[in-house]
Amino acid sequence: MKMTTFEPDAQGHFGPYGGRYVPETLMAPLEDVERAWRESREDPEFQAELRDLLHNFAGRPTALYEAKRLSESLGGARIFLKREDLLHTGAHKINNCLGQVLLARRMGKKRIIAETGAGQHGVATATVCALFGMECVVYMGAEDMKRQRLNVFRMRLLGAKVVGVTYGSRTLKDAISEAMRDWVTNIATTHYLLGSALGAHPYPVMVRDFHRCIGIEARAQMLERIGRLPDTVFACVGGGSNAIGAFHAFIPDEGVELVGVEAGGRGIMPGEHAARFDGGSPGVLQGARSYLLQNEDGQVMLTHSVSAGLDYAMVGPEHAWLHDQGRASYAHCEDGAALEAALRLCRTEGIIPALESSHGLAEAMRRAPGEKGKVYLVNLSGRGDKDIDIYRANFPELDRDDAEGGAA
Amino acid sequence: MSRIAELFATKKAAGQSVLIGYITAGDPAPERTPGMVAAMERGGVDLIELGVPFSDPIADGPVIMKASERALAAGTTLRKVLEIARAIRAHSGIPILLFSYLNPLMRYGFEKLAAEAKAAGVDGCLLTDVSVEEAGEFVTPMRAAGLDTVFLAAPTSPEERLRLVAEHSSGFVYLVSRTGVTGEQAQLSASVGPLVEQLRGLTKLPLAVGFGISKPEQAGETAKLADGVVVGSAFVRLVEAHGQGADLEAKLEEFSRELKAGMVS
Repeated sequence: MKMTTFEPDAQGHFGPYGGRYVPETLMAPLEDVERAWRESREDPEFQAELRDLLHNFAGRPTALYEAKRLSESLGGARIFLKREDLLHTGAHKINNCLGQVLLARRMGKKRIIAETGAGQHGVATATVCALFGMECVVYMGAEDMKRQRLNVFRMRLLGAKVVGVTYGSRTLKDAISEAMRDWVTNIATTHYLLGSALGAHPYPVMVRDFHRCIGIEARAQMLERIGRLPDTVFACVGGGSNAIGAFHAFIPDEGVELVGVEAGGRGIMPGEHAARFDGGSPGVLQGARSYLLQNEDGQVMLTHSVSAGLDYAMVGPEHAWLHDQGRASYAHCEDGAALEAALRLCRTEGIIPALESSHGLAEAMRRAPGEKGKVYLVNLSGRGDKDIDIYRANFPELDRDDAEGGAA
Repeated sequence: MSRIAELFATKKAAGQSVLIGYITAGDPAPERTPGMVAAMERGGVDLIELGVPFSDPIADGPVIMKASERALAAGTTLRKVLEIARAIRAHSGIPILLFSYLNPLMRYGFEKLAAEAKAAGVDGCLLTDVSVEEAGEFVTPMRAAGLDTVFLAAPTSPEERLRLVAEHSSGFVYLVSRTGVTGEQAQLSASVGPLVEQLRGLTKLPLAVGFGISKPEQAGETAKLADGVVVGSAFVRLVEAHGQGADLEAKLEEFSRELKAGMVS
């Protein structure tokens, strides 16, 4: 299996997926972004500045941590966590935001727009805009604003304008549509800082490149720590940026199994989940062709997940290709299992994970018992502070004044 | 010669510009659309753009976005849009252009759609979210069935892209008057004139201008530059305001007449 098999062609196609499905008005701006990005890859000054920011501002490299108590409690595989939750702003999203804000500056753009689901990308975008003195507008579904209040306020503290989107499902999908409408109207001044490995070329491959550091670091850390590669890498998949960042360096390692975990929501029934590989089929949405949750008339279906960051109808095109090629497999995890996994990590390791990351963790925990001798790597993509209200609502017994703690 | 090409040729010979009216099929209800189109035709609309509603219309402003939601809520599917086209064609020779996002058509199947659309009396199709680079699988079956494919040219398109857009288009080329989504605006963009001039040098196809034209004076100004004038959101706003009333058809006819008057004065 050659690595080049999985690289996109010049038009951004991963096999039949990806591409550029946008109004003509956006074609030239996308070509401009692609040109700037390709040039930046060859520019040592750009790369040095990005490395410096990732190290001194964001906190890379992130730790690789062996979750011994968690592993012992499951009685099987050794579980290692890649601690992206320790990055500045609390999730992997900052990697991509630092890269794209440097690109925006290179292109002479002074205004940044972004979409956000869980708010982590919005916070990371607001952060880099504050750092570079750029105007920042973040589109967010009204439903997501309700369930991620903390992040809405963080964005505002950082100087961003948060615009609520009040139509459609009022979640990430509608925020992306609104960001695209803003971009097509203000392209002369504005860079669209898309936050996942989604959308029209070059975004999926560009966003992946800015997150590749996750897998590159983790791979080297595993070799250094235990002298071998993990048997399986787990990561949650919404659009799929943390997962593709974690997977990419391992793609040539045939012996390493790659497992993406989608949101199973309340179960695989129409409108109740966001497991694109389990209920979806190839379609086109918001710039790319990939697996899409759609009805028989080609209308995009509503999705549900307890985690706003996974609550989206399409998966990134590179994942679709890895899926079809059999290089990665995709599982799904329901809301309840993700919540349980999160609580278990809190109680065994003293780490409060994001609900998104808890999906990847839950699948690793499900498989771990009895897998003695196996090594799992879970990308812990974000921390759970933003999800406290949801945890509170789901663990009401902990919210009473007489609540008792308890070990897992 | 296609019905669309013939319309532009006839109008050109008469020294007139073509009035193109957009409405979203199935808004407020599928059974209303043929009567609304008939009213627009009586008022002077020469070519009808029939919007296929989509759940995620990224190229549309709030007016057409809401029309899409209403049409979907009323149960409009692509199959119903083709029935609507057949109903229009039963009483009228007005050229019909489907105006759609890709996904509902892809899901239906391009070959099947091309054959059924042709049989229903549709004359062509325009996709808002498909670049010429990705259009091959759509253009080939459409053309094979004798349907026109219309592509958008934008103010941001460099010359080599304009050339590609023209090459992939038949019937006419649709010029987007300004950067942005569909919707009315107070003044016509100054970039239209130069864009029309540039395209004239690249293609012999008729040129129609749309996005933001909502008033008879704007239609008149545009008609001086281009072979066709597209009015969309302003029609849809009437549907939004009068969709539940008995006078919707009368309003559409009256507005069409005003636009047409603006174009010939």
